[in-house]
Amino acid sequence: MQFDSFSAFLDMGGYGFYVWLSYGVTTLLLAILYFASKARDNKVKQQIISRQKREEKLRQAAKQHKESQPENGSNEVLS
Amino acid sequence: MWKWLHPYANPEVTYHFVGRLLPWFNRLTLVFLLIGMVWALGFAPADYQQGDSFRIFYLHVPAASLSMGIYAAMAIAALSSLVWQLKLADASAAAMAPVGAVFTAIALVTGAAWGKPMWGTWWIWDARLTSELILLFLYLGIIALHNAFEDKNLAGKAASILTLVGSINIPIIKYSVEWWNTLHQGSTVSKMGKPSMTLDMLWPFMFSFIGFALLVTVLICIRFRTEILARNSMRPWVKNIVLSEAK
Repeated sequence: MQFDSFSAFLDMGGYGFYVWLSYGVTTLLLAILYFASKARDNKVKQQIISRQKREEKLRQAAKQHKESQPENGSNEVLS
Repeated sequence: MWKWLHPYANPEVTYHFVGRLLPWFNRLTLVFLLIGMVWALGFAPADYQQGDSFRIFYLHVPAASLSMGIYAAMAIAALSSLVWQLKLADASAAAMAPVGAVFTAIALVTGAAWGKPMWGTWWIWDARLTSELILLFLYLGIIALHNAFEDKNLAGKAASILTLVGSINIPIIKYSVEWWNTLHQGSTVSKMGKPSMTLDMLWPFMFSFIGFALLVTVLICIRFRTEILARNSMRPWVKNIVLSEAK
């Protein structure tokens, strides 16, 4: 250990402000990047899920619509 | 000879492959960064001229050299995307750009915080500092281009061209301290094979450098997997992965 006490460690031989500024900003920027990357991953997955749900709902609705029609009824109406 | 490489052009194979590697990179990153940072802050000796301000070195040099390394990797990805139209190369380049930008910003900020006590100024328009600032702007431009088009193939093409044009800046940064008279000092670590540092400074440097390089790998892997999902969101395999993860 290069320092005798915790206050000497914080002081960094008079360069405390510059050393801790560097280490602080580095930690902060890397933490922001890490959590932003995780958040983007979640967002992309959520978008895929919600689109999947929407498609599923549309499929269900189309199916119900078809079932509510009488047998061959829709064809007759169209022709 | 290159046949083993072919499956990795498949996004699904690559997504799972990167996913299997990630936990190992996570652990290695933690180990190396923890050892490197504790050693650099508490146990490495103070420099005989610069005192304890030298501890900024253990952040500044890895960040600066990785900011250039990431750009070189991104330029290779950009070239393969333009020449062979590999869609995964575009995805990886898009994943690398924000990581490179952050490391460039770290290099600039730690450099300023080191320059103030040693040179007496936060900033000076010398060749090394100015070319590193241009690197930051290049990264920001590339990120902007990746996000500027709805069509990701078009965005990838535009960003790749800017990446390749901007790669001229990398040798300029690297050799700026030799070509011009700069306030910035020359290379400390790699003086043609023989580093001009004592071992009790070189060891903590190696740990923090490898630690940051691993962290870059982790961050790029996370973003790369997100890019793969986003660009293949209509494929059934992507839907299966996302839905099974959500349960």
